[in-house]
Amino acid sequence: MYSIVAGGGKVGANVARSLLKMGHEVTLIEQRPYRFDQLQDEFEHQVLLGDATELHVLERAGIARPPELVLGVTGDDEDNLIICQIATEGYRVPKVIARVNDPRNQEHFDLLGINQTVCATSNVLGLVEHEVPEHGIVHLLELRKENLEIVELQIERNSPAAGKRIAGLRLPEGTRLISVMRQGRSELAEDSTVIRPGDQVLAVLEPGKEDELRKLLLTS
Amino acid sequence: MRLVVIGCGRVGSAVARDLAEDGWDVTAIDEQEEALARLGSRWAGGFIVGHGMDAEILRKAGVPDADAVVVATSGDNTNLVIGQVVEKRWAVPCVVVRVLDPARADFYAARGMRTICPTQTAISALSTAVRKESKQEATA
Repeated sequence: MYSIVAGGGKVGANVARSLLKMGHEVTLIEQRPYRFDQLQDEFEHQVLLGDATELHVLERAGIARPPELVLGVTGDDEDNLIICQIATEGYRVPKVIARVNDPRNQEHFDLLGINQTVCATSNVLGLVEHEVPEHGIVHLLELRKENLEIVELQIERNSPAAGKRIAGLRLPEGTRLISVMRQGRSELAEDSTVIRPGDQVLAVLEPGKEDELRKLLLTS
Repeated sequence: MRLVVIGCGRVGSAVARDLAEDGWDVTAIDEQEEALARLGSRWAGGFIVGHGMDAEILRKAGVPDADAVVVATSGDNTNLVIGQVVEKRWAVPCVVVRVLDPARADFYAARGMRTICPTQTAISALSTAVRKESKQEATA
């Protein structure tokens, strides 16, 4: 597989190294001369000096072949967005992944059709949330393309659902329970499963359905 | 008519003053508070300190109800992203984006954006000037 990695910082260099180790062909693009010098020691002819948002730089990197994958992983969100747009819209690159440095820019990537994004800050926040759940709901996974998310809920003693069978819960539309974890063991959620205090319940839901689910399972 | 100018540098501030003189209701946005001085001491329009990538700042400046938006910050890619966000999210009828790199200006113009490329204007003007000059010398 041929990939172009735009941005030779820690993220870009490590991804490029891993792709090369897996036996793939990679061109890494870096615009800062001092950083380029460092990268050249390791990546030799596989690293290119230039601004990856300039069309002639991308062309020199082989964007017209086109590569199977382009990664926009610079430290600048606008640059990453433009790189991915040029790759998909201009050169029909089948797969692009953009790094989102500032989570507040996520909405712009979504709006402009760059669906595959990675945001380290949001991921770290997700992990923190997992350790310190707020309002009893932990976000485990966001499936952007499918427009679904998977969350974990901790059932407390005062939960309105405690002691009830799942069939009798009247789950809101657009939500479904996946599994119930009790005393370290997880079971698929069936209609007959009874929810008990202390359970950790996994649910899949459409974004925006959290409050309804929270009301049903956590607070009355 | 309402205009929002994003990026109040040499270009943005001059466009803001120009259209304000024509009677437009103009609000300028810039990251630097000092940019307000570029609008002159008698500036009667709006001025908001903030980044054009910040949707909240754009709302505060009145972009959702604007008739026109001019994007002229110092970054080509920033301008291209802001211009698209303004067009897509709020369907502002006239969005004009300054792009210094001719290749990117062409690329996005082909996709329906109104891009203005001062570099291309300079290239054309300089070439034309030389051609004219040498023609005059040849006929002299």
